[in-house]
Amino acid sequence: MTAGKATTAKLFQTLALVISVCWLVPVAIIAVSAFSPRDAISAWPKALVPTDFSLDTLAFFFRVGGVWKATVNSVLVALLTMAFALLLGAPAGYALARFDFRGQNLYRVMIIMTRAFPLAILALPLVTRFIAVGLYDTLLGVALVHTALALPFSILVSSSLFMGIPRELEEAGWTMGCSRLDAFIRIVLPLALPGLAAAMIFSFVISWNEVFAASVLTLNNRTLTAFLFASLEESPLHFRFAGGFFLVLPSLIFIFVVRKYLFAMWGIASR
Amino acid sequence: MSVIQIDAVGKEFKGQAVLKSVSLDVREREFCVLLGPSGCGKTTLLRIIAGLETETGGTVTIGGRRVNGLAPRERNIAMVFQNYAVFPHMTVGENIAFGLRMKKADAALIAQQVKRSAEMMHIEDLLERYASQLSGGQRQRVAVARALAVQPDVLLMDEPLSNLDALLRLEMRSELKGLLRELKTTTLYVTHDQTEAMSLADRIAVMVGGEIVQHAAPHEVYRQPATHFVGGFIGSPPMNFLSATEAHRALGVSAPAGAATLGIRPEDLDLASEGLSIDAKVVEMLGASQQITARVGNELLRVSLGIDPPVHAGQRLTLRARAGCARWYGADGKLLKAA
Repeated sequence: MTAGKATTAKLFQTLALVISVCWLVPVAIIAVSAFSPRDAISAWPKALVPTDFSLDTLAFFFRVGGVWKATVNSVLVALLTMAFALLLGAPAGYALARFDFRGQNLYRVMIIMTRAFPLAILALPLVTRFIAVGLYDTLLGVALVHTALALPFSILVSSSLFMGIPRELEEAGWTMGCSRLDAFIRIVLPLALPGLAAAMIFSFVISWNEVFAASVLTLNNRTLTAFLFASLEESPLHFRFAGGFFLVLPSLIFIFVVRKYLFAMWGIASR
Repeated sequence: MSVIQIDAVGKEFKGQAVLKSVSLDVREREFCVLLGPSGCGKTTLLRIIAGLETETGGTVTIGGRRVNGLAPRERNIAMVFQNYAVFPHMTVGENIAFGLRMKKADAALIAQQVKRSAEMMHIEDLLERYASQLSGGQRQRVAVARALAVQPDVLLMDEPLSNLDALLRLEMRSELKGLLRELKTTTLYVTHDQTEAMSLADRIAVMVGGEIVQHAAPHEVYRQPATHFVGGFIGSPPMNFLSATEAHRALGVSAPAGAATLGIRPEDLDLASEGLSIDAKVVEMLGASQQITARVGNELLRVSLGIDPPVHAGQRLTLRARAGCARWYGADGKLLKAA
């Protein structure tokens, strides 16, 4: 019994190690290359620590025309996505957590199904619609599509957050003079805030990382991912490394900062 | 005057009747306990009075005002929950002040009320603490102080002591009783613990299967249980029920017309020179009394006797019913009025 458990633990450890290596080595190589001078990039074998540290590559990256504008676009789109995902996702999550309504399970499945729907199929209809209503090549348009991508996550996470807050706390609030809205703002929201913040940051990262919709739906107002995706082919290697590193960075930082809440949300941490 | 008046309130849940046309009145300054086994609908009734659940039919009146359809905050009630529901992101002081703050009371009054309620519950040292730093007993005190601070017309309590350990429960019980008697707050208190109900209540409403079967003072509930169920639920050990057989006559009581069973409390049986003979099967020495279990026909008979002289298992005892203590029940399980 215990021997079996120990073997399972070993297996999981090995698996975790393999996965970590697979994910971390490319990130490390990108990071090292981004901080290396131009000629060190094509050197072989690759070093996992920078041998001669230099900011030239990154400096070059930021001097390329359009990078800054694309970065600002990316941040704006991600902020919009974050706001929309919260404003639509939190109420939906609350409804799922607190009310029994007909078709609730179907609704839950449908939320996840939106993620199963390939964006590529939607691309053409979306582009024609967006042109028709004037959303094509606007940041708002991209943010709306990103919101659609981030919403399932935002809804399900906030619903589990709200479920973790005892109903009696709200009921106590109601008996003490709160309307439903008062109780939500004064009691539920403060308790859910750390988790909601984590979910918002996650929406930010989803938007920041998204390439396909951003590339299809914009022409001049590219987000950073779309901009890099379009210019990758004709750019030199060190530019790609610098761009790659700059793209990875926010996600890494965000995930690191909110990792505690992500664990809590996914039920890994004990309740 | 009745402060709470419930008239023919029913509640259906998924086609199942949880409450069947319940009527109940709670008088001003009365401590009324709703007692019943789990699932009898007592908490549902309390939540309907609080406005946390909607009745399927009937009317609820609080302080002479019909409150059907009103939100909980419009009913001038306060409620203490089984799991305390102390707000974890506020200090004890903020918890107690919360109700008054929501009612936009002025700061001086809030400070005064917080101090007063905290002193009543002996938690004035904890005002700066957060709920996570409190023990279960302390949280319970905060929950009660918070409810008292708003000076409600009616205080509703839902099994407030059931999450405390036994010793603390006894302590809180007598403290609550003293406090609420002093404050003269009209209280409706839900519990499944019959000793708690007996010790706290001015009147007990016994509920079973979504109906109130008896609503009377503890003494009457104990002495004149309205049904088999009440007699069996209240008292420890519970009332004995013997079907109408020769045994009655041996005990020295005679059955009136229509009587199906005799109900008699274990302590209302005395040793006598002639009467019903039983063989003591089990003898339990409880300190203040000894409890003897015997078999009469197919039924168990429990007898509570003084500890002198000690009875030993297998001993033959002759019993007689104390005068005026026998109760008779009809075939429907209801108490027959003394003829």
